Amino acid sequence: MNQLVSYFRNNIRQNGMVMALVLIMVLFQLTTGGILFRPMNVNNLVLQNSYVLILATGMLLVIITGRIDLSVGSVVAFVGAVSAVMMVDWNVPVGVTIVAALLIGAAVGAFHGYLIAYMKIPMFITTLGGMLIWRGLTMVILKGQTKAPFDESFQAIAAGYLPGRDIRIGSFNTIALVFGLILSAIFVVLLLRSRKDKVKYGFEVPPGWIEALRIGFIVLAVNLLTFSLADYNGIPIVLILLLGLVTFYTFLTQNTIFGRHIYALGGNAKAAKLSGVKTERVLFMVYMNNGLMAALAGLVVAGRLNAATPKAGTMFELDAIASCFIGGASATGGVGTVIGAIVGGLVMGVLNNGMSIMGVSVDWQQTIKGVVLLIAVFFDVITKNKGQNA
Amino acid sequence: MADVVLEMRGITKRFSGVTALDGVDLSVEDDEIHALVGENGAGKSTLMNVLSGVFPHSEYEGQILFQGQEVSFNDIKDSERVGIVIIHQELALIPHLSIAENIFLGNEQASSGVINWNRTVSRSHELLKKVGLDEHPNTLVRNIGVGKQQLVEIAKALAKDVKLLILDEPTAALNDEESNRLLDLLEDLKSHGVTSILISHKLNEVERISDRITVIRDGKNVETLTRGRDAFHEDRIIKGMVGREITDRWPERDHEIGDEVFRVEDWTVYHPQQEHRRVVNNVNFFIRRGEVVGFAGLMGAGRTEIAMSLFGKSYGQKHSGRIFKNGEEIELRDVADSIDKGVAYVSEDRKTYGLVLIQDVKNNISLANLKRVANGGVLNSNEEIVQTEAYRKRLSVRSRGLDQVVQTLSGGNQQKVVLSKWLMAEPEVLLLDEPTRGIDVGAKYEIYTIINKLAAEGKGILMISSEMPELLGMCDRIYVVNGGEIAGVLTREEASQESIMKTIMTHQKQLVKE
Repeated sequence: MNQLVSYFRNNIRQNGMVMALVLIMVLFQLTTGGILFRPMNVNNLVLQNSYVLILATGMLLVIITGRIDLSVGSVVAFVGAVSAVMMVDWNVPVGVTIVAALLIGAAVGAFHGYLIAYMKIPMFITTLGGMLIWRGLTMVILKGQTKAPFDESFQAIAAGYLPGRDIRIGSFNTIALVFGLILSAIFVVLLLRSRKDKVKYGFEVPPGWIEALRIGFIVLAVNLLTFSLADYNGIPIVLILLLGLVTFYTFLTQNTIFGRHIYALGGNAKAAKLSGVKTERVLFMVYMNNGLMAALAGLVVAGRLNAATPKAGTMFELDAIASCFIGGASATGGVGTVIGAIVGGLVMGVLNNGMSIMGVSVDWQQTIKGVVLLIAVFFDVITKNKGQNA
Repeated sequence: MADVVLEMRGITKRFSGVTALDGVDLSVEDDEIHALVGENGAGKSTLMNVLSGVFPHSEYEGQILFQGQEVSFNDIKDSERVGIVIIHQELALIPHLSIAENIFLGNEQASSGVINWNRTVSRSHELLKKVGLDEHPNTLVRNIGVGKQQLVEIAKALAKDVKLLILDEPTAALNDEESNRLLDLLEDLKSHGVTSILISHKLNEVERISDRITVIRDGKNVETLTRGRDAFHEDRIIKGMVGREITDRWPERDHEIGDEVFRVEDWTVYHPQQEHRRVVNNVNFFIRRGEVVGFAGLMGAGRTEIAMSLFGKSYGQKHSGRIFKNGEEIELRDVADSIDKGVAYVSEDRKTYGLVLIQDVKNNISLANLKRVANGGVLNSNEEIVQTEAYRKRLSVRSRGLDQVVQTLSGGNQQKVVLSKWLMAEPEVLLLDEPTRGIDVGAKYEIYTIINKLAAEGKGILMISSEMPELLGMCDRIYVVNGGEIAGVLTREEASQESIMKTIMTHQKQLVKE
């Protein structure tokens, strides 16, 4: 039992957030009379929050460098507008449009990154300028109007499902169930392999039963999700996109030189520079990447609404930033994880969804989200102070 | 004999175990200019910080009497209230405000919170006249030179009805003419009843202007010289500052010196912002394998600038000159390039430039060496643990393990983490900037041992230090740096604290003549 306690203490922030998420879920499951975990609602949760989670992933890298990016909401709208014009007015094929949209997003991000990293223009001003510019251009392009509709294959990014919806065992979609099992298997194999590697190097590993407990918890969570989705329309394509992104960016931040350089830049830019980190280039890349992610989110938003509107993506940047901070990232830089940002985003998403079902008014929802953000960061500061005294 | 205006008795100040001041006495008489001299780190600034209330009364031992009354200050405001004002080496002026606004900053000419600008300007006029500065009070401080800024600082002190003025290296950034003007002003103020304490490395100025000189060394009083009674010239002062047997111990080393490993020719660098200001001027030096070469000099001599500009052009602009390694000319384009080519630099300020304090020991050691534990950009974290642990053990870093956050380590152990990082890079040339600054005696000895081991392995080592005994104890040759130039080179046999000081002073005189 002591081992379990010490394991939790060492990972208190992350586990704390996951526990808070579980607690919130249980709470809303009770107060909504079981609506929260109904298959249709679980499906909605995934679809509703997908773009905020995509944005939070990109934003997290920016936040690790100790900065923020206020422009992403506007970039979401801008990319949506450009794709709409391409597809609806010019009849450009969907595939070409998607590639072009992503390139535009990366170019927008590169523009911000160039100004911030090489021209040393303060990030707050640069991205505030970007926020106004891309929102303004969106309205120019759309002439203040909504542009629709899109091809079905484009909508599928945001609202589509894996094929084989009618292959069912009882009321459950077989593809979704198999998907859950495959995911679990991949996870178990990866974890065991890393454990074996550590043993080979002669390192201490957590006792087997803790590892088993961890595996059990995650496998259970994954299969509950896929089970629930199987009871509805199957696996949303956007969920696969999201899983891919989370895996890729977790790997990038934790297991690559580039990732380590981002953390070093955020922790102490001067020391990083004198250790051979090309700080300007890293910062440039991080902002460029964030533009790319905003473009991806822009496509998902447009696909989900099946329209490009001048107001799309308003305030999304704030949701993304809040997700990262709730998920344990530090405003001064150098701290934060992709998983944390995702959990933070889910906390916000479940709060939104649960309160909506309960019929809480939008005004109160805002207030409560703000309070949760402050509580999470307050908790952070308290534990950090304790750590310093110890 | 004049009255004693200030009497400090038995001042003792400790910084977490290190004794910076050990029972220092200082007695200053009315209407005199009293110079306080000593080597870097002797405790001059600490003593003045005690006097001006930067360190509150509870943090030191001893007694301060000002104008016959025992005083105890808790912050600078307290000491300013009785008329003690300190002007620090780095000026505390706000560049975007006007001269008048700066003079009355924190001392605004206001009635019930509303500033009276007319009175502010007219009083500024009077004060500027007193210090002999012919500028309009509404001129912005950033538009006047450093010399004039120094005068504004003094005007600011006068505005507070100063009785005792403390100046910490006031002429360090001034040219000769400006310095002379400042010294004349101090004499003028003296005749108007302002007593001054002057801290300065420029002994010719001290000799010229002061009535008495108190010498401190290693946080202890050495002597107080009085004009007219004691011998009162530079050589005498230097002897007081450095004259002692070297009692510190240095680990033994085999001096097996091999071929030249690093050579710098005609290295010239300009200031990063002021593109016409030469900071490093035509520097030539070389290091041989197995050799520990020292850079001696006063603060601001340009030693750090030389080392950092060589290390991947980390300092300055418009670099020119040639760098050779093992006889071959090389270029060190940036830090990564420098690391690849086997030249490493350990910064004097480990917290700002050396460590990512919020990260653990492992990440700090590997930061400059990630390529060594990665495959095509992907880290092998197990390999990283094995390699960083090897260096942690080799330098006996006392931490709970690789995952302790370096913020929580002691200064000595932090320094060992920085050294581990650079040893893991396996450089052939190691530029060490103040490697033992701010760490305790025991840890110093360990660092010396590590340096000796590295030299014995055939690396070429450059050691910058402001502690002369350390250079004398460790180095095979010592370059004396002054004003961004190499003022001279001394062999181990020639080098002594006196000869180093003399080299600096001679060079200083040459610079002034040019």
